[in-house]
Amino acid sequence: MKVLDSLRFRITTLFQRSQINAEMEEELRSHIQHRADDLERSGLGRAEAERRARIEFGGREKYKEECHEALGGRFIEILLQDVRFALRVLRKSPGFTIAAVLTLALAVGANAVVFGVMDALILRPLHVPQAESLYGTEYGDYSGFQSYPNYIDLRDRNRSFDDLAAFNFVFAGLDRGNDPSVATGYATSGNYFDVLKIQPYLGRVFHGSDEHGRNSAPYIVLSYAYWHSRFQDDHGVVGRVVQLDKHPFTVIGVAPPDFRGSLVFVSPDFFIPIVNQEQVAGDNILNARGNTHGVFEAFGHLKPGVTPAQAIADVNAVGAYLEKTYPKEVSHKPSSLAREGLTSFGRAVGAFVAGLMLLAGLILLAACTNLGGLFAAHAADRSREVALRLALGSTRTRILRQLLTEAMLISLAGGALGVLGSVALLRRLSVWQPFPGAPIHVQLNPDARIYGVALVLALVSGFLFGIVPVRQVLRANPYEIVKAGSNSRFGRRMTVRDVLLVVQIAICAVLVTSSMVAVRGLVRSLNSSVGFEPRNAMLVSANLAMAGYSADRVPAMQKRMIDAMETVPGVERVGLVNNYPPLVYSAGSRVNVFKDETRDLRQANVAAMPYRYDISPEYFNAASTTLLAGRDFSWDDDKNAPAAAVVNREFAGKMFGSVTNAIGRYYRMQDGTRVQVVGVVEDGKYLSLTEDQQPAMFLPFLQSPSSAAYLVVRSHRNPQELVVDMRSKLRALDAGLPVGIDTWHTMLDVVLFPSRVATVSLGVLGMMGAMLAITGIFGMAAYSVSKRLRELGIRVALGAQRTEVLQTALGRAVKLLTFGSAAGLLLGILATRVLAFIVYQATPRDPLVLAGVVLAMLLLGLLATWIPAQRALSVDPLILLREE
Amino acid sequence: MTDQAQLLPGTLDLLILRAVSLGPLHGYGILLRIGQISGNALLIEQGALYPGLFRLVRQGLLKASWGTSENNRRAKFYELTAVGRRRLREETDSWNRLAAAIASALSQQPEEV
Repeated sequence: MKVLDSLRFRITTLFQRSQINAEMEEELRSHIQHRADDLERSGLGRAEAERRARIEFGGREKYKEECHEALGGRFIEILLQDVRFALRVLRKSPGFTIAAVLTLALAVGANAVVFGVMDALILRPLHVPQAESLYGTEYGDYSGFQSYPNYIDLRDRNRSFDDLAAFNFVFAGLDRGNDPSVATGYATSGNYFDVLKIQPYLGRVFHGSDEHGRNSAPYIVLSYAYWHSRFQDDHGVVGRVVQLDKHPFTVIGVAPPDFRGSLVFVSPDFFIPIVNQEQVAGDNILNARGNTHGVFEAFGHLKPGVTPAQAIADVNAVGAYLEKTYPKEVSHKPSSLAREGLTSFGRAVGAFVAGLMLLAGLILLAACTNLGGLFAAHAADRSREVALRLALGSTRTRILRQLLTEAMLISLAGGALGVLGSVALLRRLSVWQPFPGAPIHVQLNPDARIYGVALVLALVSGFLFGIVPVRQVLRANPYEIVKAGSNSRFGRRMTVRDVLLVVQIAICAVLVTSSMVAVRGLVRSLNSSVGFEPRNAMLVSANLAMAGYSADRVPAMQKRMIDAMETVPGVERVGLVNNYPPLVYSAGSRVNVFKDETRDLRQANVAAMPYRYDISPEYFNAASTTLLAGRDFSWDDDKNAPAAAVVNREFAGKMFGSVTNAIGRYYRMQDGTRVQVVGVVEDGKYLSLTEDQQPAMFLPFLQSPSSAAYLVVRSHRNPQELVVDMRSKLRALDAGLPVGIDTWHTMLDVVLFPSRVATVSLGVLGMMGAMLAITGIFGMAAYSVSKRLRELGIRVALGAQRTEVLQTALGRAVKLLTFGSAAGLLLGILATRVLAFIVYQATPRDPLVLAGVVLAMLLLGLLATWIPAQRALSVDPLILLREE
Repeated sequence: MTDQAQLLPGTLDLLILRAVSLGPLHGYGILLRIGQISGNALLIEQGALYPGLFRLVRQGLLKASWGTSENNRRAKFYELTAVGRRRLREETDSWNRLAAAIASALSQQPEEV
């Protein structure tokens, strides 16, 4: 109540201010009149009496101020006064204001964006209830892949999870009637929605009770976004039958809008029960214990009271049991748990975001040092004004309060600008799909938390660096300053401001170094040898299952497609590879191989785990992969021919010692088949550009046909025209077959994505750092020139040369710049070791990078000191000396 | 002027209450009254009176009303409220106790300690 009363009183006094002011004025005047009356009576003239009365009364404004304080309710009024005054001051020095606000906006914006990204990726990646207890299982190489039977055993045997759900991806042609188009979905265990505690937006979702074995639950749940875009929010969709790869599925419901599947990156268009995945994916995984890619990931809520460590031990125990029971099919790798949502990307994403946070923090630090310098210079420029105010009776608290008000105003303006910018950027990022055609994007929701973080950042940094000049103000001796002018003390020793500037330049140099290293790495990875030639090659993706081809009709149709492509004008060579070609979508499958003499094909005896590609004859030619020895496949390498393989150099070296040794030798597959090596090709990259050299083997596709395949079409024709011709040929073959055509080069975007993102973010942050450094050096140099104009004038008058003038005016700035750059370069070189994890071939020991950094810093310095230097050189001693 | 004593902090309020307790006064009148009752022994800058007056009004010890002075000028007159009267009594007592104690302390001779 007391607080309320006091507040009400303050507010009423605030509104009655003018009336109170008038009354107070009248009362004081009345006092002086009464005193003057007395003095007049003692014999003074009226004018003299009034003058004396006023003098005797003392500092009228000061007492009025004290009266107001005695009345209370001054807080808001003083604040308003300070704000008005601060606005006036800031308007009078627009250069300072703009520099400070922009600096802060930049730093706050960068940090808000990074926080937004972290919020979306790490803090709360999934919009599901109780996400904090939701864990997914991982095995050894940080992926959660396992076979479906193993998942079922894990689900039923573990004692740590409430329930365990699983899912895998399916890509299917979804047909609402007569318009098949490729859609991405999750094939999930029946309990998927129940484990995630997701309620449908429309209709119902499927449950564990809907599963009755193979192909028993032809139900489909649509994602909200897909329902919105492809079914135009049709509320009558429930109960409709759609075709998935020519198999009927009944739409039973629509998922809620904020649920985008259990992975952050891949938002599915639909969900189907995993027991029906055979109809879409073509192969039956339900009983294939050896198929380690049956399930992408299993996850569930930990039971209350179960710690992740206990759960890991539990999962490992089940794994050990499975390995013992099924030694041929199961090799258990030590398991761990990861927060659901990012799976195997968790570590990379975590490292990436941590790196971003670090860099954004550096930007903030640089911006703050910049602000500190700006405020200090600003305060020094105003020392005369402050001294005058002190001399006129203002208290130091009042002056500090005013300076802080200024700092707060700048913080608020900078923070608001930064938030606006970051929200715009986050919105853009949120709808950004990095890869056309792939359902990969990240949902970013700029919300109150981000605004809050940005505001706090802005206020804290503004406040911290707004008080940098406080010492200056408190120490100020009004008498000295008014007498001697503000430029009496420009010391030669290292000041806080100098240190701040060096730190800032060093930070900037770190950022510039890292961004240059990243750019160089990216350029190199674009030009490096990947074992094939992605330029002038088109990729045609076609899944014959989507057009309803049965397995026995697949190879013939694929042969016809290859032939059709060869007749397109300008096409030089055409090859085919099952599933995915190297470096497309980071997708690939590894298989176990054994030495020929191995008889016991248990997991412990695996000799190598090469990537496996099933290819057509001519594939190597179409991909421009060099055959080092032996022969390519021919159309005779079909089901009736003995099993043959072409391996890469790494495989040959690992298994047989050398390339020449390998030709004609045998090795064994998991199922015991003996395979003869007929050729060896050059090494390449298969899943990512940064991977270590991996073994790979190529098998004739006719010996293991698959309905999902890519055609590789090499041609030097313009891709746009080529695509038209290719499409019409394919349509002539089968109009109902959905195909995707891209250049191999654009498909590399996915594997280049991490280094692209790293390069772009580093580039942007480097630019920011450079801008901050420019304003910092500029501020320092301009300030030092303006402070020493008089000295420079005298020097010029005494006959100093231009170089000497420049040295005097800017020597210090240049020295600080050199020092800071050198320190930054060293730190940057150390920092790029971290970069090597993301960016292919990121090495700082690159003369080009070093030269680039030095050049960049030189340019920055030149740019920033250009105007102050001009000013120093144009000093006219006559005008200057006359001025003061 | 030099033999006038500086006011102890906090004593101005007490003097104002005392001056006003003898009848309603305007600001200048209060100053004159204080001078009169203290035998002009205290140095008070004239303006310094007003923050004190405003504070006492705010605390409800004084109430103010506009009227006409003996010089036929408009002036603001202050008088004690009931609370102010009680406060004056309390403050006077405590001041007397304090003054007596300090006077006694200061008048002790070394051999009596």
